[in-house]
Amino acid sequence: MSDIEQLKKQSLFSNDTINGEIATLNLGPTHPATHGIFQNVLKVDGEKILSSEQTVGYIHRAFEKLAERRPYNQITPITDRLNYCSSPINNLGWDMTVEKLIGAGVPKRVDYMRVIIMELARIADHLVCNSVIGVDTGALTGFTYMFQQREAIYELFEEVCGARLTTNIGRIGGFERDFSPVFHEKLKKFLKDFPKHFNEFDSLLSRNRIFMDRTIGGGPISGERALDYGFTGPNLRAAGVDYDVRVMNPYASYEDFDFIIPVGTQGDTYDRFQVRQEEIRQSLAIIHQAYNNLPEGDYYSKDIPEFYLPAKEDVYTKMEALIYHFKIVMGEIPVPVGEVYHSVEGGNGELGYYLISDGGRTPYRLQFRRPCFIYYQAYPEMITGQTISDAVLTLSSLNVIAGELDA
Amino acid sequence: MSNPITSELLLQRLQERFGEAILQHESPYDLLTVEVTPSSAHAIVKWLKEDNELALSFLTLLGAVHYPDQTGREMAVVYHLHSLVHNVRLRLKAFLPIEDPSIATITDIYVGANWQERETFDFYGVKFVGHPNLVRILNEDSMDYHPMRKEYQLEDATREDKDDRFFGR
Repeated sequence: MSDIEQLKKQSLFSNDTINGEIATLNLGPTHPATHGIFQNVLKVDGEKILSSEQTVGYIHRAFEKLAERRPYNQITPITDRLNYCSSPINNLGWDMTVEKLIGAGVPKRVDYMRVIIMELARIADHLVCNSVIGVDTGALTGFTYMFQQREAIYELFEEVCGARLTTNIGRIGGFERDFSPVFHEKLKKFLKDFPKHFNEFDSLLSRNRIFMDRTIGGGPISGERALDYGFTGPNLRAAGVDYDVRVMNPYASYEDFDFIIPVGTQGDTYDRFQVRQEEIRQSLAIIHQAYNNLPEGDYYSKDIPEFYLPAKEDVYTKMEALIYHFKIVMGEIPVPVGEVYHSVEGGNGELGYYLISDGGRTPYRLQFRRPCFIYYQAYPEMITGQTISDAVLTLSSLNVIAGELDA
Repeated sequence: MSNPITSELLLQRLQERFGEAILQHESPYDLLTVEVTPSSAHAIVKWLKEDNELALSFLTLLGAVHYPDQTGREMAVVYHLHSLVHNVRLRLKAFLPIEDPSIATITDIYVGANWQERETFDFYGVKFVGHPNLVRILNEDSMDYHPMRKEYQLEDATREDKDDRFFGR
């Protein structure tokens, strides 16, 4: 059987819609529309995709191997580079994993501070994804509006930790410093200004006829199929399954907050867009609740001085602090032997850390559950029978982040 | 809604159903961890997914761990399963000998296991028998070893210009 006949047989179309001129098209590895390094070798008939073959691993950096040679504090910067659109969630997720391993509790204030930072990161992550869906449909305006807001969030991160994109925010046991007065000021301004700009962005796309025509029905997946593939996060919720780690296994006092989990029905690009839009609103509500009820107390746990890094000004001026700093960073601290799985709700879904400690200075094994890697394998199934331009939209609405995909 | 499923009940059901195949169990950090025989892993994962009462029908994570010191059971394949209905998690482990690390694929149960098994093969050389396309995924195809195994240290172990005692393992 010839290739063409084979493809006709597998194809979703009736035979008469196939012209028999099947072309091979390389979408990627580097292509402006893929927003990252993804290669898809498409078999197309005109505009229609008959099959797709993926190649991944272009930016594989062997994080799991690196982690086996790095003490616990030195692993946080690695996690930055997984989903770099929401690094703080990765950082704090890792800190919480280590805290779980060593059995440390943190003050309530730390939990609330973490929630504020993580929800800001979620907003930034979803803003990038949704505004890029707009760009891929040809609407650049919303993207520029929302990048100003993302900038405001990055300034907040900068105020907390000094960095913007790869943040290395927080510490095992808490934060390096309390929220500064400038942070409070900027956060209040952000909370006041953001809804206005966000609603404007929403009005540009949500009920836009062209946008709806382009996205409704694009790259659909059913709830059952999504679960079978191991989807989590907004992509799973868009398919109608209300699984959210923040509710199912609350961490960092998420049980204190009142928020809803939006779900879609069709699992298509439009639903994924809408679920993320609503999640941004919910995240904002969570930040309001956490900020208004921010408990008094310490910004770090005083129970684990052997893990929490000493203050920077002491490190530079006091010998003991310098020695402790060195000991902690170089992993001279005994850790319990144990095996722990901890997961947080990342920008793209369940971000898990499977950590095995043999009591040594570094993890014996650290495996990241990277939501992108797991759900990206469904991509060929989602785009078969779609047009090339819909495939691009499906890719951006899945929010596949190359760093998380390849680890 | 029937009784809520707890880890204890889950373990009990597993022991009732598979008896001999359940080798060991423990609950580190409140996550039930069960060691099973490699030959039964496929059947157990399948049964857990299809059993309506337990409904452990979500594959969270699949991977491997290399223990070079455990003779005859050097390679552990680890499955993390999650029941989204009852919110119970389960960790299944199957130990394989390093000479022939083969275990049945679960891609016929969870389509999402496909890439995770490929990744495990890529980094640990675990052969998932029956996998539709067991080739490397993140590393390049011409690579002739499995880099996450413990014998491959990150830095060149033969280097002599540097004393490595104070760094690394």
